[in-house]
Amino acid sequence: MEGIYMKRRDFLKTASVAVALGLEGIALPDRDAGASIWETFFQKHFREMTQAEKEEVVKKLETDYKKRFGKDIKVKANGPLPNVLYGYGLDLTRCVGCRRCVYACVTENNLSRNPQIQYISVLRFKSGEKWVDDLEDADKYYNPDVVPEPGHFYMPVQCQQCEKPACTKVCPTQATWKEPDGIVVVDYNWCIGCRYCMAACPYGARKFNWAQPTIPVEQINPQTHYLGNRFKHRGCVEKCTFCIQRVRENPGRYPACVEICPVGARKFGNLLDEKSEIRLLIETKRVFRLKEHLNTNPKFYYFFSL
Amino acid sequence: MKRLVGCIVYALVVVTILLAAHRLRAEPGTPAPEQKQQTPQNTQQVPKTASEQADAEHHATIPKYFTTRPPFSEGIFPCTTCHAGLKPDKTRRELYFHTEISLKHAAKQRWCLDCHDSENRDRLRLANGDHVTFEESYMLCGQCHGNVFREWKKGIHGKRTGLWNSDKPGDKVYLLCVNCHNPHSPQFKPIKPLPLPVRPNEITNIKGTSTVEIEGHKLYIPVYGK
Repeated sequence: MEGIYMKRRDFLKTASVAVALGLEGIALPDRDAGASIWETFFQKHFREMTQAEKEEVVKKLETDYKKRFGKDIKVKANGPLPNVLYGYGLDLTRCVGCRRCVYACVTENNLSRNPQIQYISVLRFKSGEKWVDDLEDADKYYNPDVVPEPGHFYMPVQCQQCEKPACTKVCPTQATWKEPDGIVVVDYNWCIGCRYCMAACPYGARKFNWAQPTIPVEQINPQTHYLGNRFKHRGCVEKCTFCIQRVRENPGRYPACVEICPVGARKFGNLLDEKSEIRLLIETKRVFRLKEHLNTNPKFYYFFSL
Repeated sequence: MKRLVGCIVYALVVVTILLAAHRLRAEPGTPAPEQKQQTPQNTQQVPKTASEQADAEHHATIPKYFTTRPPFSEGIFPCTTCHAGLKPDKTRRELYFHTEISLKHAAKQRWCLDCHDSENRDRLRLANGDHVTFEESYMLCGQCHGNVFREWKKGIHGKRTGLWNSDKPGDKVYLLCVNCHNPHSPQFKPIKPLPLPVRPNEITNIKGTSTVEIEGHKLYIPVYGK
């Protein structure tokens, strides 16, 4: 593994020499770019960084953000909690399809407002329709005056935090991986924007920044995590991290989508804790996981409470 | 001489066996008098009646620190400010004061005073005649909705907010039944959905964003145009 990274670094160094010679590539910083931009460009992979290096990167990001937004923004890079494996439950009998979770997620995770990026897609199905296998036919753009509509039901889909994620396997730069607490994360600095992971993900959970993301400054969430809701740039892929900046704390808050849900359809907890609500619901309810036959082993459980 | 030693050893062995047997027999018996001494003390601590004891046991299963205050209508509680001077009228009729309440909760089978206590309106009345406060109204709801009550206690029904991995009082907010369900009309009312996402074929038609304020949250919605 080390060898692969070193080769890439060597390649980039050669490429930078090429830039100096006048062969400018679009992916490389400008010739007159500041030292910090070059530093970011040659930044180590997050998993190879020492604690001191992580702190240095975090400090640099904080000063950059202060300069960019004129606002104090906290960036964390803390590691996983011991004996924790995050799990999620979603009650399909309760969900009314109101999309409150979609926008709570956008605000919490500093997602781009224009172009629009949303981690959660709420799908609408007709009651009695064949549905679980044909998510592509589901209606994501329903727009009635009030929900729930009679004769319909709703299924929000977001990253399923698979135990065997297909997306991390295909990444050519290993910019995405599964953390020990089960959260699949992206190092936006190492993402080259090839979107292989988006093709590999069977749930459509990954989103691509086609243009420079924009967020109104007054809407910025100043509590961020390096692997979560820090600011993304054009050309990188991002995804739901179960609000890593909230849940990876002891004590930590519930994810934003759990807290906003007006019908209490969303459940969250530690799969390794026998008394957590997620364990109790898996043991007592009729649960299913999306596209189970693909052997991705999601940690996102849909269930029926009635 | 050998015989004498043999006799002494034999006697010693017999004595030890007998002693051990006596101890074994005595052991289960000995704590009994202590238990008898304890029982009168215990009876002084536990509630007097069997139903009260059952209630106390039941209350112990409720995650107490999760519950919050019920959402009273403004200026209406305590009920006794008006009701203390009124004579309870148990007949089923059109209410002339509480006009905002229209009972849509098995209205045919019950009436106000099946749940509200006629003698003291600041408390609720269970089917067995016991009384509970409004903060413990889940006891009332749980009489009929037993399976929901069980799941609510586990955290499967209802909504928890706050800190996910802390059980300290105040760290988690666990809502009462009545925080979400109007007890007189418990079914959820339809709500307005938030704006739909941008369709892929409309991306090039976006001029900019506009602000929409919904429930105190500012949302940035795309504005379409040529």
